[in-house]
Amino acid sequence: MKGFAGFAIKKVGAACITVFAIVCANFVIFRLVPGDPLRMMFRDPRVSAEQMQLVRERFGLDKPLGEQFLAYLRELAHGNLGISFWQKRPAMDVIADRVPQTLLLIVTALIIAVILGTIFGAIAGWKMGTRSDSVILSIALSLYSIPAFCMGIILMLIFAFQLSIFPLGGISTAASGFTGFEYWKDVAWHMFLPALCVVFWYGGEYVLLTRSAMVDALGQDYIITARAKGLKESAILKNHALRNALLPVVTITGVNLAFAVAGIIEVETVFSWPGIGRLVYDAVMKRDYPVLQATFVVFAVAIVLANLVVDLIYGYIDPRIKVGGGE
Amino acid sequence: MTKLLHGLSSVKGFVMLLWTNKMGRFGLMIFAIFAVIAIFAPFLRTVDPNATGSCENMLVPPCAQFWFGTDDLARDIWSQLIYGSRISLLVGFTAAIIAVAVGTAVGVIAGFYGGKIGEVLMRIVDFFMMLPTLPLMIILAAVLGPSIWNIIFVVAIVSWTTTARVVRSQVLSLKERAFVEASRCIGAGDSLLMFGEIFPNVVPIIFAQAVLVVTTAIYSEAVLAFLGLGDPTTVSWGMMLHFAFESGVMSRTPNWIAPPVASIVVLIIGFTFLGTAVSDVLKPGYKETRGL
Repeated sequence: MKGFAGFAIKKVGAACITVFAIVCANFVIFRLVPGDPLRMMFRDPRVSAEQMQLVRERFGLDKPLGEQFLAYLRELAHGNLGISFWQKRPAMDVIADRVPQTLLLIVTALIIAVILGTIFGAIAGWKMGTRSDSVILSIALSLYSIPAFCMGIILMLIFAFQLSIFPLGGISTAASGFTGFEYWKDVAWHMFLPALCVVFWYGGEYVLLTRSAMVDALGQDYIITARAKGLKESAILKNHALRNALLPVVTITGVNLAFAVAGIIEVETVFSWPGIGRLVYDAVMKRDYPVLQATFVVFAVAIVLANLVVDLIYGYIDPRIKVGGGE
Repeated sequence: MTKLLHGLSSVKGFVMLLWTNKMGRFGLMIFAIFAVIAIFAPFLRTVDPNATGSCENMLVPPCAQFWFGTDDLARDIWSQLIYGSRISLLVGFTAAIIAVAVGTAVGVIAGFYGGKIGEVLMRIVDFFMMLPTLPLMIILAAVLGPSIWNIIFVVAIVSWTTTARVVRSQVLSLKERAFVEASRCIGAGDSLLMFGEIFPNVVPIIFAQAVLVVTTAIYSEAVLAFLGLGDPTTVSWGMMLHFAFESGVMSRTPNWIAPPVASIVVLIIGFTFLGTAVSDVLKPGYKETRGL
């Protein structure tokens, strides 16, 4: 356990440094802009120089950079990432309102995508070089390469506009008065297309990942040993090949979250799903910079934490890391 | 240097090698079609894509005069589509060249010198790789303001890291090789070793990275424009979709949204196939798959 504790401390330390770097980057980005950042924010010639000066004083922008940075860190420590220009309330509250919807959509879709992707990827890898492999592979490659927002528009065009079997967007029918089971049925109906979109695109990637991990695993000596022992093919597949193929797939899940965030923003925007992704779009449209910055920090920190959890789980499962003391 | 690497050290050799691969040929053909459209855009368009028309020409369905109909400002969709290919390819290639150049420089320096400099550079790469790409691009594009050059800059700044990492690991293995040792023995300096001996051997990997970065750059431009961060003075496919979504009438105008979506999807799939072909031809023991 000592080896794992050392490994865990090292990983947590690295994560803390990364979070601090993200926080600093967020502070720096707005100061990198050539010219006056306030001018950029209020792109309106009607805002007079006096009004600008007032805003500058109100937000402490007339103070030296070091002092501004300390104030920023102090506020951040209290969970304050600024006030939304648009909704006139703390940006963190605006984001917190959107978290449950995003989690509902993404967790549901990711579970389905990972299960289906792993199954089809394992089949393709197991039957490498056959017709079913090339069919699965080319479908997966196409699904994975089509941008999520394009996939969303295609699905919307077919199922919502032409066939009218699914709603155009939103999370529930407005003013329907549904309660209990009826309400959740309505939500599921609204969630179908956005979730399908995430499943297609993320599932395609998992097929590719699992397939190549499976092909690698099948080339290993222990598979030959298992065959030589006279084990059944199904036992080799289940207990030897798939088990080992899943390890790299688990590790990559954490790294992939950075990638999943892009999908969330695109899909939620297309289907007007009231989550954080759609909030990013709304903030862009309303030029709500504090919310935009806050979403960036929230996404970045969430990715670092998710990676940390995956690393720790992986370190705990994989005996080599424990023995090696985190090397 | 092996024959394979030799074939890959010039653009012409690279294209010819890709042509021998089934997926590579498919990708090259798609790219060629869009390149021709982009180059000859002024001849293929029917009217000026930015010219707004009169009220009776708003949201016209496809007809003889407007092949794909018009949008809510009475602009011709066909002409916008033709000019959109220019933006996609311009952003894709310019951003890729910048990103690959920066990535190669960082990778060569980090791999060749190693030590403290290499460590610091790779930490920066690790940090960039951890950041959520799209939110970072969105926030930068929003702060910098809408212009095509800002989009190129924003795309390049998030795309150089993988090249740096791949080039570095290649340089690390190259610098231990006998031919580099030999040159060092006869007194070659660092810059001669880097540019004369190591760099030519990294070129195939740079080409491979360039194809991948062009793909993500085309995608990134489309997403940013779709999210309303594009340059309003230049029509791009993502921008057309953005205007269609904001118009509130898109459920009745498939002729407005289907063409740009199809263009983005086909171009990106073409480049994805090219990318797959590149990783195929770079594998040792690659066999040509002539004939479709």
